[in-house]
Amino acid sequence: MNAPFVLLVDDEVPFVETMTKRLTKRNLRVIMAFSGQEALEKLTKNRNLDVVILDVKMPGMDGIETLSEIKKSYPLTEVIMLTGHATVESAIEGMKAGAFDYLMKPCDLEQLMVKVGEATKKKRDHEDKIREAQVKEAISDHGV
Amino acid sequence: MKQSQQNDTSPYRLLKRNLRSWVIIVSITPLILISCIILYQFKTSYYEKVEDHLEELIWKHKQNIDGFLRDKLSDIQTLAKSYTLEEMSHESFLQDRLHILQQSYGRVFVDLGVINAEGIQIAYAGPFKLGRAKYSEAEWFKKALKTEYYKSDVFLGLRGFPHFIIAVKETWKGEEWILRATIDFVAFNNLVQEIRVGETGFAFILNNEGQFQTKPLREIRPDRAPYTEFLGYDEKARDKIHIVERKDDSGNENIYVAAFLKHGDWLLVYQQGASDAFSDFKNALRVALVIILIAGISILTTAFVLSRRIVGLIAQADQEKEMMNEQIVETGKLASVGELASGIAHEINNPVAIMVEEAGWIEDLLEEEEFREGKNLEEFRRALKQINTQGKRCKEITHKLLSFARKTDSIIQDVNINEMMEEIIALSAQRARYANVTIHSDFKTDMPSLRVSQSELQQVFLNLINNALDAMGKDGGRIDIKTRVRGNNVLVGVDDNGQGIAAGNLNRIFDPFYTTKPVGKGTGLGLSICYGIIKKLGGEIKVSSTKGVGTKFRVYIPISGEREKESDGKDSDISEPFD
Repeated sequence: MNAPFVLLVDDEVPFVETMTKRLTKRNLRVIMAFSGQEALEKLTKNRNLDVVILDVKMPGMDGIETLSEIKKSYPLTEVIMLTGHATVESAIEGMKAGAFDYLMKPCDLEQLMVKVGEATKKKRDHEDKIREAQVKEAISDHGV
Repeated sequence: MKQSQQNDTSPYRLLKRNLRSWVIIVSITPLILISCIILYQFKTSYYEKVEDHLEELIWKHKQNIDGFLRDKLSDIQTLAKSYTLEEMSHESFLQDRLHILQQSYGRVFVDLGVINAEGIQIAYAGPFKLGRAKYSEAEWFKKALKTEYYKSDVFLGLRGFPHFIIAVKETWKGEEWILRATIDFVAFNNLVQEIRVGETGFAFILNNEGQFQTKPLREIRPDRAPYTEFLGYDEKARDKIHIVERKDDSGNENIYVAAFLKHGDWLLVYQQGASDAFSDFKNALRVALVIILIAGISILTTAFVLSRRIVGLIAQADQEKEMMNEQIVETGKLASVGELASGIAHEINNPVAIMVEEAGWIEDLLEEEEFREGKNLEEFRRALKQINTQGKRCKEITHKLLSFARKTDSIIQDVNINEMMEEIIALSAQRARYANVTIHSDFKTDMPSLRVSQSELQQVFLNLINNALDAMGKDGGRIDIKTRVRGNNVLVGVDDNGQGIAAGNLNRIFDPFYTTKPVGKGTGLGLSICYGIIKKLGGEIKVSSTKGVGTKFRVYIPISGEREKESDGKDSDISEPFD
């Protein structure tokens, strides 16, 4: 399995940078974005992104908004929410909007790795199924 | 404090005094006015009635006595006219006539006498030996000769006992003669003495000279007013009946009723003590005074009791209002502190996250080959771990703060309070055993279910029980958990017999970051979170504590759809008994 391709989105630049370093060290391909808008731009450029790690609370376009945009355009890409709140409601809202899971900030890195792994697996399984379906369709269409 | 209390009581005292005065004035004034008017009216009409009655009584007796005298006169006139002087001169004949008169009128007629023009009695019938007595100088004889008849005053006469006489002049063969009859004074006296009313009323007769014609029941001085006044009346006034009220010598008020008899010759006087005549009125007056007195006393009592009670209620209401104001200020303070805290928590959260991540990054880097052999590697690792631990502690604090201030809830569900409390007690059982504390539950069955977030409510009661456990000394203690329904609220009580909270700290325990626990042991957020949760549910959390005796928490949670709305039940005093 290829290393998961991750987009890390947060308005806190030092947090994103350090996290990127740590995740990269753990053999993940990580790209960074510092706002919801930037995240969407990065997504259009990198269509093969597996997982987006998304902070809920950001100035401008916030996490929930960004999430729904992502899910609209790239339904297969999994999103893990990072929340600063002890409350679960924003996380629940995120889950309803199609997030894969949520973690509380500051989060345990190992836990995050596990979640990223699960999300990547889910996304790729999904892709495989679609590919299989497409193959089947192609076969039946061409009548091999 | 004392100064302000004194200032507080003075307007209440003024209010009490005003209230009292008004009640008294408004009640007593009409009472007295009505009583006076009615009593005055009653007195006037009653006096009139009594006087009318007496007037009529005397009028009747006047007519009676006049009639008596007239009758006797006509009897004698008839007798004189019916027989000749010759016939009447025979004593035996006269005796028969007297006998007949006595038979028909009783012993009113004492004797009869026939007197000739010279004043010599020529015949006599009666019990006395008065044969041939000479009356030529007697007053009545002279008067009878001048007029047709004469009725004398009462006098002792020749016989030495009081009597009066009726004399009728008649002419026989040109010769004038007089038939004289003596009227028994006793019989006549009885006629007057019969007039008796009440205890002191009696009557008597005076002649024009103020001499007694009948025996008065009591000692009377006829030469005094008002008798002299009556006797001074002229002819015209003598036809009427006179009523006057005077004080007698002994100072008693008397009523005098006077009427003239015998064509103004005699005065019939009736007199009675005013207090006796108006005794009914006096009785009524006495009863009325007693009633007025009782009414007055009850009005005074009511005024005092009522004013005190009303002012007490007002004072209590004011005090409650003041307490409510304090609570509102307190709540507002807590809310603003909560908001501030949540803002700070949010701001702190991100730097802490970065710090923890940076520490993690250093840890990652330490895994690189070049650091492997560093002699301080272990020390680095320990320091980083410490940073990580402290970061987590910060996270814990900020999360608690945020949960205190958060606006919306997680999952709302039906919660059975008794089941939930059982679970919480089970959760705390382990800790309680180590602390040597027994937890007693007293649950009311059939408690209504609550529409709340179970996790939040659990947090509240876990906090309260944890605090209670922390409050116990080494000897352990006892925690009592009770559930009840109070009005529209579910009431949960958590009582411990731990060290208690000092009075000065009691109003601060819900403030965020306020704690008496040693540094690092408590965040000072537990109770403020509880407070926030219960307030959000529209409920109430109350505390009372006595140092050294224990602490009581009362949590009121509205049963249904009553959120953010004040409802009864939870306003009750914390000290109220549970059952």
